[in-house]
Amino acid sequence: MVNIIWGAFIIIGIIYGLITGNIVVINNEIIESGNTAFNLIKDMTPLLVIWMGLMRIAEASGLIKKIAKLMTPLLSKLFPKIPKNHESIGYIASNIAVNMAGLGSAATPFGLKAMAKLQELNPDKKRATSSMITFLVLNTGGVTIIPTTIISLRLTYGSLNPTIVIPACIIATLSAGIGGLTLDYFIRRKNDNT
Amino acid sequence: MTTLSFILLPLLVLYIIMYGFKKKVNIYDEFLVGAKEGLITTFKIIPNIVAMIFAINILIKSNIISDMFLFLEPFLHKINLAADILPMTFLRSISGTSTLAIMVNIFDIYGPDSTMGLLASVIQGSSDTTLYVIALYYGSIGITKNRYALSVGLFSDLCGIIASFLLVYLLF
Repeated sequence: MVNIIWGAFIIIGIIYGLITGNIVVINNEIIESGNTAFNLIKDMTPLLVIWMGLMRIAEASGLIKKIAKLMTPLLSKLFPKIPKNHESIGYIASNIAVNMAGLGSAATPFGLKAMAKLQELNPDKKRATSSMITFLVLNTGGVTIIPTTIISLRLTYGSLNPTIVIPACIIATLSAGIGGLTLDYFIRRKNDNT
Repeated sequence: MTTLSFILLPLLVLYIIMYGFKKKVNIYDEFLVGAKEGLITTFKIIPNIVAMIFAINILIKSNIISDMFLFLEPFLHKINLAADILPMTFLRSISGTSTLAIMVNIFDIYGPDSTMGLLASVIQGSSDTTLYVIALYYGSIGITKNRYALSVGLFSDLCGIIASFLLVYLLF
């Protein structure tokens, strides 16, 4: 599905650009997009390196294992395929917690570690396991209690009550999460392999 | 409440370091091992990020999405909304930076406390960028068979967006 969408984006974009005479912009974009991507990576890398370092300490000290043990009862319902107290649970829990706090970019390293740990349990390294997909859904739903970026932008643009959107944001993101997890649950139940 | 999130990160770092000390871990050495691992991970995801941004930016810069929603403008006026908001619903799963740009633009034109501004805020907060998360997380471990991840992710986004519209009408 990603193959189709990826191709469709490029084809539609270029053809529509040709039709509307917007092709100069597309031309520039083809040249520039690599730059945009590398800038994003450049912004992301330092944080990733620092957090991967800190997480390594947390792993060596047994902190991740401790979180995993603490959260297993709660998360094993969502991830029935992950063995009890597995380290991936610790990373998944930390990722959710950091995400909830609205520190999205700091949550990414935890998510990447969680995926790496889930991959250790994966018999077919090219194929996503159902645990990975559930985790991904949890992440794209991205339950955020404090949407920091939105609040600070609202403040910047002179909102009289920047935090008024918090309850609505929480309910909306919960709806996204619950909706995704429900569909995920039914698909998982239907084809119950790995 | 926002201050709380600023305190959280330093506290988390403090706790990790102190816990490491307590358990007599060679914290500096371990940090370096992890940091190196982090660098390798970033290196692995470069192609995925480049590929995603390449396709997404070509689509967005062609303006097709904003043009597509222009014809809905008269209808939207009746319910107090301008067409500006709709590309956001469509783009939410595809590109976080472009929805953020649209949100800021709406704040600028209508103000953050207008119905449009509130709706833009809630939509932005309703979910994360599915396509990006999938590219990033699967890319880092070399998964090529996505299975049903994208469909479920997109469905989740849709639920969030429908909820955003309903909430803004009910609450504000």
